[in-house]
This record gives sequence, structure tokens and C-alpha cells, in this order.
Amino acid sequence: MTVAGWMVVVIAALVIMWAIAIYNRMIVLRNRIDNSWSQVDVQLRRRYDLIPNLVETVKGYAAHERETFEAVTKARQAGIDARTVEDQAAAENMITQALRRLFAVAENYPQLRATENFMQLQEELSGTESKIAYARQFYNDTVLGYHNLIQSFPARIVAGMGGFQPRHYFETEEPEARGPVKVEF
Amino acid sequence: MYDQIASNKRRSYLLIAFFMLMVLAIGYVFSQYSRLGYPAMAAALIFATLMSWGGYYYSDRIVLAMSGAKPVAREEQPYLWNTVEGLSLASGLPMPRLYLIEDTAPNAFATGRDPQHAAIAVTRGLLDKLNRLELEGVIGHEMAHIRDYDIRFMTLVSVLVGTVVLLSDWMLRSMWYGGGRRRSSRGGSGAGGILMLIGLVFVILSPIIAQLMQLALSRRREFLADAEGARLTRYPEGLASALEKLAADTEPLEVANKATAHLYIINPLTEHKGWVNNLFGTHPPIEERVKRLREM
Repeated sequence: MTVAGWMVVVIAALVIMWAIAIYNRMIVLRNRIDNSWSQVDVQLRRRYDLIPNLVETVKGYAAHERETFEAVTKARQAGIDARTVEDQAAAENMITQALRRLFAVAENYPQLRATENFMQLQEELSGTESKIAYARQFYNDTVLGYHNLIQSFPARIVAGMGGFQPRHYFETEEPEARGPVKVEF
Repeated sequence: MYDQIASNKRRSYLLIAFFMLMVLAIGYVFSQYSRLGYPAMAAALIFATLMSWGGYYYSDRIVLAMSGAKPVAREEQPYLWNTVEGLSLASGLPMPRLYLIEDTAPNAFATGRDPQHAAIAVTRGLLDKLNRLELEGVIGHEMAHIRDYDIRFMTLVSVLVGTVVLLSDWMLRSMWYGGGRRRSSRGGSGAGGILMLIGLVFVILSPIIAQLMQLALSRRREFLADAEGARLTRYPEGLASALEKLAADTEPLEVANKATAHLYIINPLTEHKGWVNNLFGTHPPIEERVKRLREM
């Protein structure tokens, strides 16, 4: 083969090696997104598990606040039924709003607020809220890193061939959604 | 961040190598100037190897035990547990082991050899005196130390440098009382005198070297961990206000000592004001750290 021929072969080999490296990097990042989403999911489930307990506890003191309980239960169901990241985000906003109202109701019942059970639930819920927020933050950072790679040139050529689609960010409406159930006594 | 991790790993191995050399050098000087002779050298080699191995795998436990830290279960401290779990999620690291120090002085440190074998210890005072956002700030700072492998290097420094300081202290004393007699019985040759001098220099220098190393590693590292911690919580004010509270609290932490002081988020020993201490302190001044956090 001629010198030019060899050069073409060498350059082609280098390009293929580069493409493989980029492809593998994308796979790693995509798996990391799935993994960080499952971390979010664990915390969301934890919140779904806590909500019925909380509703029952508050009901014992404020049975007539039926609308508030229904809103919470409905929002929880919407969260459980959500299948996409956007639906999940919308449902989580609903839950956060509904829980905020529920805790506002609880504010009016000093006896309820003083019970051991309620205080534990409150600590667990606000802990879970902040864990959701942190897991979401890590998930969004991971998605951002992935997008930066698959959308930059020339890596996007590899992304296009490998079928790497952009993912959705898990966005909540309020940036301060972390502090809704924070009740200072 | 990845540079920081690589540099910490490299420094850890260098530190172990440096430690072994130091112990061997001390052993050599000792073998020349005591009745023990070469067996002292062999003992030093065995000791250095064992200490390096133990230091790498067990130094976190040594440090935790030295600080009187007790493991905490989730049920005992749900508030602390939830906070740490949140920040471990934010950093994408496994949940570290949690320890509590029964002391009313508010302080905290992280230790371990890598993020998979990490531990965070906080004092009772920290839990009592900080609110949730401030506690998150402090834990975020500790998680940053864990992620950057600062914990590996800093814990090794505690144990290995602490050992060198103790050893040379002990050597100095035994040379004073034991070595002198042997030299006079030999009549004191010129070469022996030079060796003796080198040995003395070593013995005097090693605590200073050790001290300087502790300083070099702590100050920049603390600023970096502050910044990364604030990035984790997305709320620099939490850590800033926590640092102010910790600084305002003048109570000394009884379980801390010179070997472990640099691990803590703020210097647990009584700080003396003045530019000399500012120059040689293991921690950057709190005002400077708070100022940088507020400017973010």
C-alpha cells in the first residue's frame, strides 16, 4: 500500500477508536441516569408510604377536614400512577401543595402537634422531602452531564447513530419546595 | 475535583513512603546509639510495615476511638440520619457510617479510606446548637471531604504523623539517658559524632516537618470543602451561619488533640489570636471562610 493508503487506514482506525470510547461513555452516563432516578424513586415511595399514616393521625383530631384529606390522597395516587418523569414532577407538586395544606390544618390542633406519633411523622416527612430534593438535584446534574455530551459536536454524531435520546429533567415548580413541611414551634 | 482525588491518593502513598523512611531512619540512628544495634533496625522495619498497613486500613477506627465516638443507629437519631442520607443522595455517594461524640462543644469530622468506607462523627453540641439548614451545611462540607478522598490523607496524617512525633519524642529522651553513656565508653569517634548530630537533627526536625505537613494540607482543603459542600446543599448561607455559630462557641472539645485537630470542621483546640497563629493555624480563619461563602 502507498503512504497515503496507510494514512487513511490509520486515521480511520483512530476515528473508530474515538467513537467507541465516546459510545461507552454515553452508555455509562445513561446508566447513571437510570440509577440516580431509582434513588429518587426510593424516596418518592417512602413518602407515599408515610402519607396514609399521617392522614390517619390527623383525622383522629380533625375529622371534618375531609377536603384536605381527599386532596392529599388524590395527589398521592397521581404520584403512584405516574409513568413519565414529567407526570411524576406534576404529581409531586400536587403532593407538596396538599401536604402543606394538611400541615396548616394540623397547626390548629395543639394536642395533635404534641403527640409523639405526629412529631415522628413530621420529622420523617420533612426528612424525606429534603432527600427527594437532593436525589432530584443529583438526577438533574446527571442528566445535564449526559446532555452536555450527546449534544456537543462531534459527539452528537455518535449519539445519533447509537440512538441516545435526551432525557427529561425532574423539575418542580417551586425552587424552595424543600421546605414546605418545615414547621417551627 | 478529579484532580483533587488523584492528588489525595498520590499524597497518601507518598505519606506512607515518607513515614516508612522516617521510622527506618530513626531506627538506624537508634541502632547506632543504643546497645540494641541492628535488631533495632529490624524492629523498626517491622514496626513501619505494620503501622503503614494498619494505618491504611484501620486509621479511621483508631481516630474514632481516640475521639470517643459511638456508632449511631437510624432510630436513635432520625434527624441526623435523614440529613446525612439526604446529602449522600445529593453527592451520589454511599451512606457513610454515623458516629456521635458526647460533648457539648459543637464540632464534626469525617474519616475513612474511601467513600465506601467512610464515617462522619458529630458532637452532641452540634445537633443541639444548629438548625437543620446549618447542620446540612456542615454535613455537606464533610461529604465533600469524603468525595475528594481528603479523608484518606487526613486520617493517615493523624495516625502516621502522630506516631512519628511520639517516636522521636521517645527517642530523644532515651538518647539523652542511654546513648550518652555508650558514646563515652567508646571514647567518641568523629564519625560517630557526625551520625549523632544527624540523628539529633532528624529527631528535632521530624515534629516540625510533621507539623508543617499538617498545615499544608488543611487550609486550601477547607476552603475547597466549604465551596463543594455549599454546592451540594445549594445554600452557602447554611454553612456560613453554622461556621459563625461554631466560632462563637468557645468551649473546647475535650476529646480532640494535636493529632486529630486538623480533621475537624473548625479547630477544636483553643485558638489564640494573632498573626503568628494565623500563619501556623491548621484551619483558615473562620471570618475568611464565612466571607468566601457569602460571596458565592
